[in-house]
Amino acid sequence: MRRPAWIALAVFALLPAMGIGNYFLHLAITIMLWSFIYTSWSIMGRFGLVSFGHGAFLGIGAYITTMLWNHFGVTPWLGIPLAVLLALIVAVLIGYPCFRFRITGHYFALVTLALTEVVRLIIVALRDVTGGSLGVTPNIALAGGQSFSLVAIQFAHKEVFFYIAFAFWLFGLYVWRRIDCSMMRYAMEAISQEEDASESVGIKVTRTKLLITMISAALTALGGALYGQYQLYINPDTVSGVALSLQIVFAVIAGGMFVQLGPTVGAVFTLLLAEGLRVAVGHEVHGLDSTIYGLMLVLFIIYMPNGILGKVIEVRGRKAGVNQAAKA
Amino acid sequence: MEIFDVFLLETVLNGFLFGGVLALLALGLNLVFGVIDVVWICYAELMMIGMYAVYFLYAVHHLPLLVAFAIGIATVAAAGMALHQFVIRPVLASEPINQLLVTGGMLFFLQAAATLAFGVQFRNLGLALPSVTLGEIMLPQSRIYAAGTALVAMLSLALFLKKTYLGIAIRAISQDRAIMPLMGVNPGRIYLITSAIGGGLAGLAACLLVLQYDVHPAIGLTFGPITFLVCVLGGLGNMLGGFIAAFIFAQLISIGGFFFHIEWGYVMAFMFFIVMMFIRPQGLLGKKR
Repeated sequence: MRRPAWIALAVFALLPAMGIGNYFLHLAITIMLWSFIYTSWSIMGRFGLVSFGHGAFLGIGAYITTMLWNHFGVTPWLGIPLAVLLALIVAVLIGYPCFRFRITGHYFALVTLALTEVVRLIIVALRDVTGGSLGVTPNIALAGGQSFSLVAIQFAHKEVFFYIAFAFWLFGLYVWRRIDCSMMRYAMEAISQEEDASESVGIKVTRTKLLITMISAALTALGGALYGQYQLYINPDTVSGVALSLQIVFAVIAGGMFVQLGPTVGAVFTLLLAEGLRVAVGHEVHGLDSTIYGLMLVLFIIYMPNGILGKVIEVRGRKAGVNQAAKA
Repeated sequence: MEIFDVFLLETVLNGFLFGGVLALLALGLNLVFGVIDVVWICYAELMMIGMYAVYFLYAVHHLPLLVAFAIGIATVAAAGMALHQFVIRPVLASEPINQLLVTGGMLFFLQAAATLAFGVQFRNLGLALPSVTLGEIMLPQSRIYAAGTALVAMLSLALFLKKTYLGIAIRAISQDRAIMPLMGVNPGRIYLITSAIGGGLAGLAACLLVLQYDVHPAIGLTFGPITFLVCVLGGLGNMLGGFIAAFIFAQLISIGGFFFHIEWGYVMAFMFFIVMMFIRPQGLLGKKR
């Protein structure tokens, strides 16, 4: 990483100390949490494994953690690993047959779409336990006026969560980079081009795809659990279901699916757009922000399929190329 | 519980009628996929446009119901053509997944635009068709119409594709995209006509659904996912497969809902879909890929 990037990161890390106020702190935390989730999606999405079902993993992460805490008093320190484990199991159960039987492209997207609906409907159907469509709040551990509860991973001050979200965001980018630098990336790129040919040169197609899917699912479940811990309120539509799953896909596409910071740019762009329009237009005009957002998505996919950051890098690359050509 | 419980029988019959609605929804989507090779993720949102059109024409402007239906169908057919012309055509040459995504973007756009234009309230025609009583069994008339229309639409579409020049051209292009232009068929025109028919079928479904359900901006999410799954289960592009799959799905939902709760009916149907995907990835009647 270059020097300006380190400086920017350091300044960003000091934001809470500069007293930016709760609203902007909340915005920063939300952006980082979603960036982490979007990055997790792009880990498999960039290789053509377009999942329309990451809401399933997000939902499992958020709900298992909260249910274990609310009904059995199991601390999230244990609940989160269990939720991630369940997400891994689901990823294998759905991924292995998909990859084994060569379900790709449209079909893979639609199978995962069914999965996310299954998870959402199960949450709604188990309304006696989960609170159904009304959602659920994790039992609050800060009733006695404490400022934090380590057992419950709940904090009264947003600053703490800022650093947690910050750490996970960086962790997500780190995983992305590790995969980018690994042999797995080359294997996956080959697979996304031509599966049979990859198999013939000795790439374990099913195993590699499954591994990527498991990494992506585990991180997404982790993101879901963190989201629940931060918001202290989850409901089936905000953590699972088709609309949420598509939201993940589109934010990543808007930002740029094939570059490391693309999903982050997508999160910043979509959340700032929503917030900006909300402030500018107010609450009376319902749906204006999403209308503009939807229109932009369509235009993006038609004219800028590599996303904002992808386009920026492309244009800069072209300029640099021109400069070099001019020098030579 | 006896096997021949009268309520169970009613559930099965109702499931059968619900299957008719799903079959009608699947028909247009399958036609479009079979010919243009694009899945309209926003298909149910097109249907929503039709439902709003019928609602405003009938309940607000007091046009006769059948006139409202006709205009509603025409509106959605035009919307289908516009969708193809302005959204699908620019991405026809790019990666298949982009075509899926661009119509997904349209889903967001149409849903939000409906919220913006009409608000989030639920609207209905204020028209209650009576139920038909057979002994102890009660069946809603609107569902009988829907299932009957689905059957008629399916048969007319099959006849159209088999007997007319245009229909033969449509089938030909779905079989070999590369050769047909050489034979003097303009694929662009065929695509546009197919989109209009696909949209028209969504409009027809809208007319039948608006009799049974309230229209609101999120109505597409209720019918969208299940429609895709019906199509995929039947074999994308295979209309007969879609028809059979629609009835299987509707029975699962109906019977699951009878024994447990309606959500469990859907859970069962979706699980069935996932399992079937592993057993027959190409769909019930799909060609081997």
